[in-house]
Amino acid sequence: MGAIFNAQQIVNGLQVGSIYALIALGYTMVYGIVRLINFAHGDFYMLGAYAAYGVFFAFNALFVGKTGLMAFVVLIASMAAGGLIALLTNRLAYKPLRYKPKLSSLITAIGVSMFLEYFLSALPVVGPSYRSFPDILPRVNINLGNAVISNYVIIDIVIAAVLMVGLTLLIKKTTLGMAMRAVSQDKDAARLMGIDIEKVIAFTFLIGGSFAGAAGLLAGMTYPRIVPYMGIQPGLKAFIAAVLGGIGNIPGAVLGAYIMGLAETFASAYNSLIGEGIAFAILIVVLLVRPRGLLGEKFADKI
Amino acid sequence: MKRLSLILVLAFVAATLVTAQDIKVGGVGPVTGEAATFGVSTKNGVMLAAEEWNAKGGLFNNRKVRVIFEDDKGDPAEGATVYTKLIQQDNVVAIIGTVMSKVTLAGAPIAQAAGVPMISPTSTNEMVTKVGDYIYRACFIDPFQGTVGANFAFKDLGARKAAALFDIGNDYTKGLAENFRAQFLKLGGQVVAFEGHPFGATDFKAQLTKILAGKPDVLYVSDYYNDVGLIAKQARELGFTGPMVGGDGWDSPDLVKIGGNAVNNGYFTNHYAAADPRPIVQEFVKKYKAKFGAEPDALATLAYDAANIMFDAIKRAGSTKGSAIRDALKTTNLNVVSGQVTFDANRNPIKAAVIIEMKDGKQVFKTTVNP
Repeated sequence: MGAIFNAQQIVNGLQVGSIYALIALGYTMVYGIVRLINFAHGDFYMLGAYAAYGVFFAFNALFVGKTGLMAFVVLIASMAAGGLIALLTNRLAYKPLRYKPKLSSLITAIGVSMFLEYFLSALPVVGPSYRSFPDILPRVNINLGNAVISNYVIIDIVIAAVLMVGLTLLIKKTTLGMAMRAVSQDKDAARLMGIDIEKVIAFTFLIGGSFAGAAGLLAGMTYPRIVPYMGIQPGLKAFIAAVLGGIGNIPGAVLGAYIMGLAETFASAYNSLIGEGIAFAILIVVLLVRPRGLLGEKFADKI
Repeated sequence: MKRLSLILVLAFVAATLVTAQDIKVGGVGPVTGEAATFGVSTKNGVMLAAEEWNAKGGLFNNRKVRVIFEDDKGDPAEGATVYTKLIQQDNVVAIIGTVMSKVTLAGAPIAQAAGVPMISPTSTNEMVTKVGDYIYRACFIDPFQGTVGANFAFKDLGARKAAALFDIGNDYTKGLAENFRAQFLKLGGQVVAFEGHPFGATDFKAQLTKILAGKPDVLYVSDYYNDVGLIAKQARELGFTGPMVGGDGWDSPDLVKIGGNAVNNGYFTNHYAAADPRPIVQEFVKKYKAKFGAEPDALATLAYDAANIMFDAIKRAGSTKGSAIRDALKTTNLNVVSGQVTFDANRNPIKAAVIIEMKDGKQVFKTTVNP
């Protein structure tokens, strides 16, 4: 059992969990505000990875020797790409359906997801084949005796943590955050209080999309192979993480994501087939035993 | 008028007399379609071999070989049509083809039923030669690479503890890994971990951490290049510095693009290497380059070998009878570009594989390993 439950596996699980957490946050925020499962969310993640890839090769020559600055620029690019496409998706696809039956938006979300994947595959500059993601920062291994941690693991975990703390502060301490909380609690009352609901929703998509974009960059750096369909699996896993934590609940999404990351790692170490299925097993158990999730609200309706 | 027709008849008789001297051999390959580069390479290889035999005076009794090459378009139905055409219309005495296993499997039963010996240069599916006793192939079949990989890891790298990682959803990678394990155990080695990973995975750290806990000397990774790149990177990240060994699925420039430095100290088995210093290889590479303006790939090489094996059998048979050529094929013992070839009872070649080393991001010829 020593090979399955040990310090190294915990590090592996936390790394996977960090990427899931960044994606799950967007899922849960959008759900909290508009009660929509945005299935195109995994594709914002993919767009983030491609934006980083494009910006890296477009500006690489300008940043010779300044890898830290380059990494920062690429992070901004991936977040901007994810955020802006999310904003655009909301404006073009979801807003016209805001007060139509829920199912319309849900099916539209699936359509947007497929559109983004196949449109990018058809674009000659992107194409359907794998692309190898460049090493933006040099890789360094840190040996801790019973575990080896690469700087990429630390980067993944730290960027995820910084963004999550930032988001918590935004929601707890700013007027915009207060407006977001208000809209998520009661849309009509919020509107009566003079809150521009559409603005709040747009902002939610922007933040959610930019987090997914950042996750895409981290995934591209960690697993240096990108493809237009790369968002499907992590998107699904992050969605399950959000449900596990209680969809609509922000700390819940983070908790759910780390539980998922660790569970998948331990299960894969035990047996690969179990590892692949554990996420779905968790989903089924949560829906049966505690449909509102670990930290979810008591009377929230679930899809 | 009478005289003219007489001349025509005489000319016709003369022509048949002359061409009757030629031995007609069919060639088949996907010259157009999804695998067009495979087909073109195959045709080049076969044609080059025929030209050389004819320059030396033909196959036997000064009878030259005439190759009739047909395009199967990579399509099994098309393949069946051209096999029938070659056998019934052109009356070929033997067939060299075809490339893709699914097409070969459509053509082989036709050749078998007609008693026309055939040799596929590159169809690796085990079923191909099981169609019947007239069906041979020039390439080694997939599982064989696992055996060679184990021999190399144990004898050349001196590894005693090995671990294997493969895609559980893919028969090719699984077959290689299983044969690696069987051979490594047979040599007296220890297999500390034998782990599958799901298709499409990008994170292999859970499996790798488990594998590395057993402290293997060598890691056998039978995946295709794009997974190997990721696996190598993560294995190095987890502190594994030992050698990695794999199969011909590694053979792509993208291996280094994805895996970077991590694939160094990696070795893979392949059919042939252009950098192999054996004179027969260098001579072939030189001739091929001069004629076609490009370095021969594995397909061209195996097609060239397949043609030489077939021509050699016809020469030894000294006959154009199908059964005589078949019997001669059975006793083949020939030095070709991809090694010294003999055939086993299932008409699969027994020959050496080359090992290619990944060194500073480049493919370097390492050694030849016998089965």
